[in-house]
Amino acid sequence: MGIQVSGSAVAVRPARRHYRASVRAVSTELCLIVFAAIFSIPFFWLLTTSLKTYPQIIAYPIVWIPNPLILDHYVQAFKIVPFARYIGNTMVIALLTMVGAVLSNGLTAYSFSRINWPLAKPLFALFLATMMIPFPVLMIPQFLVFRTLGWLDTYLPLIAPSFFGHAFYIFLLRQFFLTIPLELSDAARIDGAGEFRILWYIIAPLAKPALATIALFQFISAWESFLGPLIYINSKELYTVSLGLAMFRGEHTAEIGPMMAGSAVMVLPIIVLFFLTQRTFIQGITLTGIKG
Amino acid sequence: MSRVLAAPRRARVSRRELSNFAYGLLFALPGLIGLLTFVAYPVFASLYYSFTSYSIIGRYRWVGLGNYVNLLTLDDEFWNVLGNTTYFVALSVPLHLVVALLLALLLNSRVPGLSVYRTLFYLPSVVPAVATAMLWLWMYHPTNGILNSLLDVFGIVGPNWLGDRAWAKPALVLMSVWGGGGLMLILLAGLQDVPQELYDAAEVDGAGWWPRFWNVTIPFLSPHLFFGLVTGLIGGFQYFTQVYIMTSGGPARSTAVYSFYLWENAFQFLKMGYASAMAWILLMIVAACTALVFITASRRVYYGGR
Repeated sequence: MGIQVSGSAVAVRPARRHYRASVRAVSTELCLIVFAAIFSIPFFWLLTTSLKTYPQIIAYPIVWIPNPLILDHYVQAFKIVPFARYIGNTMVIALLTMVGAVLSNGLTAYSFSRINWPLAKPLFALFLATMMIPFPVLMIPQFLVFRTLGWLDTYLPLIAPSFFGHAFYIFLLRQFFLTIPLELSDAARIDGAGEFRILWYIIAPLAKPALATIALFQFISAWESFLGPLIYINSKELYTVSLGLAMFRGEHTAEIGPMMAGSAVMVLPIIVLFFLTQRTFIQGITLTGIKG
Repeated sequence: MSRVLAAPRRARVSRRELSNFAYGLLFALPGLIGLLTFVAYPVFASLYYSFTSYSIIGRYRWVGLGNYVNLLTLDDEFWNVLGNTTYFVALSVPLHLVVALLLALLLNSRVPGLSVYRTLFYLPSVVPAVATAMLWLWMYHPTNGILNSLLDVFGIVGPNWLGDRAWAKPALVLMSVWGGGGLMLILLAGLQDVPQELYDAAEVDGAGWWPRFWNVTIPFLSPHLFFGLVTGLIGGFQYFTQVYIMTSGGPARSTAVYSFYLWENAFQFLKMGYASAMAWILLMIVAACTALVFITASRRVYYGGR
């Protein structure tokens, strides 16, 4: 009797389950489509505006699809603001800080994860705690130090700190270094390899994805950095991309087309970079959330 | 005497330990120098400046608690920016968490095109802040902006977003939620770590969607949500670039946030001492909020038995 009842229940259940599952899949898909539409509106608006003629930009009601498509605003953007120069400037800063970030954080994270010394843990905890300090607290004394050194209106205040570690990057690299078996280091030590050799020939090659993540994050942070350049850079020829783009707001309010074209120019490299390195990117982000 | 007693008990520090210590210190040196010069020194220097009338130009003197007293009792703008920032944080942080969680839950399923959606939701968070600000400035344009045009389709007359005291802050909140995809990825990774057996067990016990979500998903996600809450709080108090570009604190100082006023004091009015006092008040607020979150949440955060 009991067996029969359960038998019939089994027969009914899969069908209902299947039905429920497909309803859920369809509604999930619909929700995703709606959210995707909402999230892509700003990108759509950026791109279409940058390609519209001026009358179509200020038309009311608005023009959804630009016709004709023009590239004039991009040409204009590079004329109004010396963007090519600013891109070059930003690249110099970005590349140098990438080198600094990989070197300094690689070394520091190595010390905190692969060398067995009593201060590794307390110092690492101290670094973690500093992540909570808001930048505005550090901003004024840092500015005054760089001013005393005569570094104002140079790239040094933007580059030099990257050679001296960054709590978040140290955290990220340490997490990764910890996943590499300690036996590898021990074996190398028995073979007489020094710590630098172990880092360079064993750890660094294995940690390439994590090091790439650091380089990538540092590039993006240098590319989009605003407050630092705003405080330290005065000469227009030394401006970065973000300062250059901000000029559209200050001096050329009426020129929406070039403003959107300029924004697109600033966004595009990041998006391309994202698609090229998607896996590295997502790994880096999710590594952040892992508790250590 | 003590040497005699100690020597036989404990062997001298071994050479191995000594060399480890030396190498540990050597490798940590870049980070340690940075910690001392770019964090530790500035923190204490700004504490010192906060007790002075430092202004770059001219002499400065010790004013004791003068800056703090002025800020808290005489400066109406200080309370205005504190209120604006609280409004912004109180609205954007929970909204950010809810949206990120909702998107992560939707993405944690097997539907076609998943990676496309994931990319699309994440992409806004890599858009540089200045570009985001420029773009949304144009999105929020009262007559030619896309937002009010879309509302128009539904017969709603949209507000003059950034020009209206009542709407400027919600406009900034909405924009910040658009760029919050990083947390979504973290939550998604967390969701994928939840053991399927637990869901199956709950289902066998007849638990519906909500009990399963509340009793299985949320406890497993709590460390990640906690992380989102703390970083959201700290980030919210530092909100600056968008305000600088989009509104300069207007209209009628309704979007002037804490970091913006701090920057104005330091680099526009050159009141470095006064701004340092603001910085230290900010540090204490952030520390207090974080401690509060830690205390209230630590009992509810589940670290998977670890």
